[in-house]
Amino acid sequence: MTWTATVTTLGFILISMFVSLWLRLKLERDLIIGTIRATIQLISIGYVLHFIFTSNHWYWIGLVLLVMITVASQNAAARGKGIPWIFCRIFLTIFIVAGFTLLMMLFLHLIQAKPQVLIPISGMIVGNSMVVSSLVLNQMRQQAEQMREDILVALSLGATSRQASMRLTREAIRSGTIPIVDSLKTVGLVQLPGMMTGLIIAGTNPIEAVRYQLLIMFSFTASATLTSILMGLFVYPTLFNRAHQFIGWRGKTDK
Amino acid sequence: MPKSQPLIELREVTKSYDSPEGRTTPLKEVSAVIPPESVIALMGPSGTGKSTLFRLLNRLEDPDHGSITYKGKPLSEWDPILLRREVHYVFQSAVLFPKTVADNLNYPLKLQGKSMSEEEMARLLERVGLSKSYLTRSIEKLSGGEKQRVHLARSLSLNPHVLLLDEPTASLDPESTERIEQEMRCYREKGHTVLWITHQPEQARRIADQVWHLESGHLRQEEMKR
Ligand SMILES: Nc1ncnc2c1ncn2[C@@H]1O[C@H](COP(=O)(O)OP(=O)(O)OP(=O)(O)O)[C@@H](O)[C@H]1O
Ligand SMILES: [Mg+2]
Repeated sequence: MTWTATVTTLGFILISMFVSLWLRLKLERDLIIGTIRATIQLISIGYVLHFIFTSNHWYWIGLVLLVMITVASQNAAARGKGIPWIFCRIFLTIFIVAGFTLLMMLFLHLIQAKPQVLIPISGMIVGNSMVVSSLVLNQMRQQAEQMREDILVALSLGATSRQASMRLTREAIRSGTIPIVDSLKTVGLVQLPGMMTGLIIAGTNPIEAVRYQLLIMFSFTASATLTSILMGLFVYPTLFNRAHQFIGWRGKTDK
Repeated sequence: MPKSQPLIELREVTKSYDSPEGRTTPLKEVSAVIPPESVIALMGPSGTGKSTLFRLLNRLEDPDHGSITYKGKPLSEWDPILLRREVHYVFQSAVLFPKTVADNLNYPLKLQGKSMSEEEMARLLERVGLSKSYLTRSIEKLSGGEKQRVHLARSLSLNPHVLLLDEPTASLDPESTERIEQEMRCYREKGHTVLWITHQPEQARRIADQVWHLESGHLRQEEMKR
């Protein structure tokens, strides 16, 4: 694609602008801000990636990974405001999951150890892990309220906090893995995944693109499961104190 | 343990809750002594803090001020898990876990890595007036009264030294109620202690050595003549 072609794509924005003005949707301001932000963010990340690909040093890849995990953790931590050390708990989860998944892929020679492959793939894994973390946190908050009495009764029967919250944790882990398992069933029938589409447009043979897509989806399944389990394990202890007393969800309940 | 020494002692126990509507103080500097091998009926209007007192004794919560001792040792110095099996609280509402009645009766021992034979489970059911055939029944298909009795039988599997009963016969017919009262009299004869929340003065008279009245945070005790 040439730069002139890129500028021409702004025409699509003009269509929305026109509709917005015509129907008085008052979207013009947001449209302009959104367009400018998307352009700047994507062009700068383009240059950053270009720089990293040409310099080809390991520490740059590490830095990019750390930034991605930090931003992702911050995003997911909004779901657990009020829980002590929630950022660290999520950061540790995503860090372990991304590290484990990438090492497995490298170890099994599924991907090449070069930044052009590592960075996009880890981006997808970190993003997936972030979404799953939010889901698990949401579910835990709901279950902590719903199962309050069950948990108290279990405690009164001599359960430890781990035993008393077993069903809650299990529900949370399930809810973190269900979406990816569902999407395994419909992918290719309902929607063509973005990565595969991109590879095909860029000229990759569709069979090759499908192989990459399968790799991503299967590793997403593993990393979603691992994320749910780690989040469950890292978060349930915050519902109790040291005397195995149930104190419930400490976060703000709004949102 | 000599009979004169208190089994449980409460000293100036205060507990309050903060909510958006304001602060409620169900217990205000409550002091009391629970002697061993006794049945105490706890009475008082709805919402006065009877269940709250049980939560403190079972150490599901801690008091804001004051102290509670069990066998002369403060509750906070006991291992909470072991304490809850010994000074055990049977909740007001019957909360059962999936799936069958047998699963529920087995639950407390399963937590400790043990299990219970079918005969022992049948024996538990018999003590609350249910037949052995209930063992395989799904908990979803039980009536309110059946649930309440399974709930009590499950707690009896722990054989707790002190049993805190929160209106255990609230949804039972007179016959089943009589059965539970009889069972608890036996339980005391075996050297255990029972605290029993009830709203019926006649029931208190039938079962109790002492009646405690809890009202607006204060406790009034009444000895029963036997
Ligand atoms: N976790 C809590 N947070 C806020 N308030 C509470 C909490 N638990 C109990 N309360 C309040 O404390 C008071 C005493 O409650 P409690 O359940 O002990 O009453 P009760 O004597 O058992 O009543 P009932 O006979 O209806 O069962 C009530 O006003 C209740 O609203
Ligand atoms: Mg109550």
